[in-house]
Amino acid sequence: VTADDTPPADALAGDWTIYRAAELHALLRERIDGGVEQLDLSGIGDFDSSGLQLLLAARRSAAAAGRELRLTGAPQPVRALCDTYGLGALLEGSSTP
Amino acid sequence: MSDDSLLAEARGTYIEEAREMLAQFEQMLLALEADPHDAETLNAAFRAAHTIKGSSGLFGFRAVVEFTHEVEAVLDAMRQGTLSLPGEGFGLLFESCDRIEAMVAELEAGAPDATPLDPALLGRLAALRTAVPAAPSPAVRTAAAEGAGSSADWRVRVRFTQDALRNGFDPASFIHYLPRVGELHAIATVDDAVPALEAMDPESCYLAFEFLLRTGGGREAIEAVFEFAREDCELEIEPASTPVAGAAPVDTRAPGEPASDRGTAERRVEPRRSEDRRADDVRTIRVSADKLDRLIDLIGELVIAGSGARLVAAQESNPRFAEAALRIANLVEEARDGALQLRMVQIGETFVRFQRVVRDAAKALGKDIELVITGGDTELDKSMVELIADPLMHLVRNSVDHGIEAPADRVAAGKPARGRLALNAFHDSGAIVVEVADDGRGLDRARILAKAVERGLVHAEQSMSDEEIDQLIFAPGFSTAAQVTDISGRGVGMDVVKRNIEALRGTVHLASEPGRGTTTQIRLPLTLAIIDGFLVNVRGVHYIVPLEAVVECIERPAEHALAADGRSGHFELRGQVLPFVDLRAFFGVDAGATPAGSRQSLLVVRYGPNKVGLLVDRLMGEYQTVIKPLGRLFADVRGIAGSTILGTGGVALILDVAALVGIANRGATARRGAQHRGRTTGVGG
Repeated sequence: VTADDTPPADALAGDWTIYRAAELHALLRERIDGGVEQLDLSGIGDFDSSGLQLLLAARRSAAAAGRELRLTGAPQPVRALCDTYGLGALLEGSSTP
Repeated sequence: MSDDSLLAEARGTYIEEAREMLAQFEQMLLALEADPHDAETLNAAFRAAHTIKGSSGLFGFRAVVEFTHEVEAVLDAMRQGTLSLPGEGFGLLFESCDRIEAMVAELEAGAPDATPLDPALLGRLAALRTAVPAAPSPAVRTAAAEGAGSSADWRVRVRFTQDALRNGFDPASFIHYLPRVGELHAIATVDDAVPALEAMDPESCYLAFEFLLRTGGGREAIEAVFEFAREDCELEIEPASTPVAGAAPVDTRAPGEPASDRGTAERRVEPRRSEDRRADDVRTIRVSADKLDRLIDLIGELVIAGSGARLVAAQESNPRFAEAALRIANLVEEARDGALQLRMVQIGETFVRFQRVVRDAAKALGKDIELVITGGDTELDKSMVELIADPLMHLVRNSVDHGIEAPADRVAAGKPARGRLALNAFHDSGAIVVEVADDGRGLDRARILAKAVERGLVHAEQSMSDEEIDQLIFAPGFSTAAQVTDISGRGVGMDVVKRNIEALRGTVHLASEPGRGTTTQIRLPLTLAIIDGFLVNVRGVHYIVPLEAVVECIERPAEHALAADGRSGHFELRGQVLPFVDLRAFFGVDAGATPAGSRQSLLVVRYGPNKVGLLVDRLMGEYQTVIKPLGRLFADVRGIAGSTILGTGGVALILDVAALVGIANRGATARRGAQHRGRTTGVGG
């Protein structure tokens, strides 16, 4: 875990919905390119399928770079959606906020 | 420059589409109000609102998007079963529908965007969505709930199109809905289509999932869940032969696209159907009516010119020329038929517009009225549809306002509290008949008569049949409404209706039974339409009788009685005495002279219940006829409804069967009266 792993608290906070998908996509790319290995999801508010896709894509990108991206601090909306999709395992490494 | 005009055109299309969707939305709301638990209607309403939102978004009409979004949210809540709409809720939805329409009108007028809504209405919508408590029982009736038969396991694969998210669908909402349909056993998300961030369009949808569902509703129940998004997802449903033993929902790195067993999977028809529909959309283009009219005029000229060419070919005795000309003429006729068909529209589109009218008027008057529509697929000329909309509106409002009684009065009269208003249309003897019927109180003949006497329309001592009294309400300035209401009785009377209909060369007739209701029948000619005609010849002049009106053709009977006027009479047909009109004498082609060696024929025609004979020189057979209206000059000519151009370039006159039947019958009546009084009278003509 490098210093990069603790991003400015609110950059990724807020709603992860289709309306912000493009913005979040750009932010995530920066992070992944910067070599992060962990994402703190605790600031997320609303979370829809576009958000879930972003997490999946980010993991894939990290994997391509030979890293595993851990998703931590997932709040209830994120957990609920992952459970809906049967993807609860995604958040395995995350600690309850 | 051209970009601007393209945009303007696209905008025009947007507005027309939005209007169509609004009309559909309104229809669905009406249906939903009658049966709030019909999931299919609810879906259709949602789709309509959704489409409006989507296309408004494309054009950047934010105000429309925002407002429609709220409306959609209410419908979505209803669909999820968390919201059962109270009566006032529908009022609000109808109001919203009107507001969207007003917004579209603003846009049509050229506004860059609609005026944002007053927050009050938005607030009320939001309140509706949140404040109303969840329905204790599932508000939406699903097929599963109905088909409580044997349950079966189904394996379902759903793959969303890339546009699903952009179109406002979230795949998760479908999963949430599934437990309403059946027991959701295992769900696995196929995420291998999700690319790495670099290759990803964050607004595209890459998700697919599979699940096992045990439901009694069968395949249809599952399809119904995704019906909503049928253009945005692909669905594969197959019976799960091997019940998967409680497969735990896990993070499935699905082994690739499960394409191997696709052969056995019964592919869902829906996506293909929707593709067809999209293809249909592409095949439909909007054309201005003027262009069509011009095309039809041109083709009419072509028919004549083509016949001219054939004539020349015949005169030149050039068989190859004749053959070529004939081929051209045949093709031109086909083109003509096709072109005329372009102008025909179904009257149903006009009919359904009255549902909202009836609903609102009934609500305003505290009445309960059901509108029953039949014969909506009857086709008539587009221009005709537009022209009868107003008279129809008047008749409908009349029935709602004056005809159908308040529920209490109806119950007191031993009738169901709910009134019935019926709109019907059908083709009859080359005419289109449109009926407006109610089961209300019927006409108050005593009052009509009193009023007519008061207005000096009839003499007090004049004896009139009930039917004649009924028709009095078409007299100018006649209105019997005891109290002038908001709905009708604002000075526009039935006389205007009658005038409008007659301007279309139609007739309007009213039949009423006290306590049982009133039926108004509008008969219109199929102007500019193609009819199957029957061509006859009278002294070298061609006439056409609509084939539907022809009952039979017989030889001129040896025994028939000719009236003193020499142009009408009666004959016996298998024991039935029928009046006839001698067309030769009637049109004054050659009064009285009997053609040497020619055998005349009697064409028996029917109009309504009446049959009469038409005496003609020659029967020429069936003939496809394009009705061309006669000019004003001929407006007073009786017995002729229009004209047509024959293949030879000659003109044939289309007989007005209704008028001829009337004339023959009146002639017969007059003669009987005349015999009584012992003098001869001419036939009304």
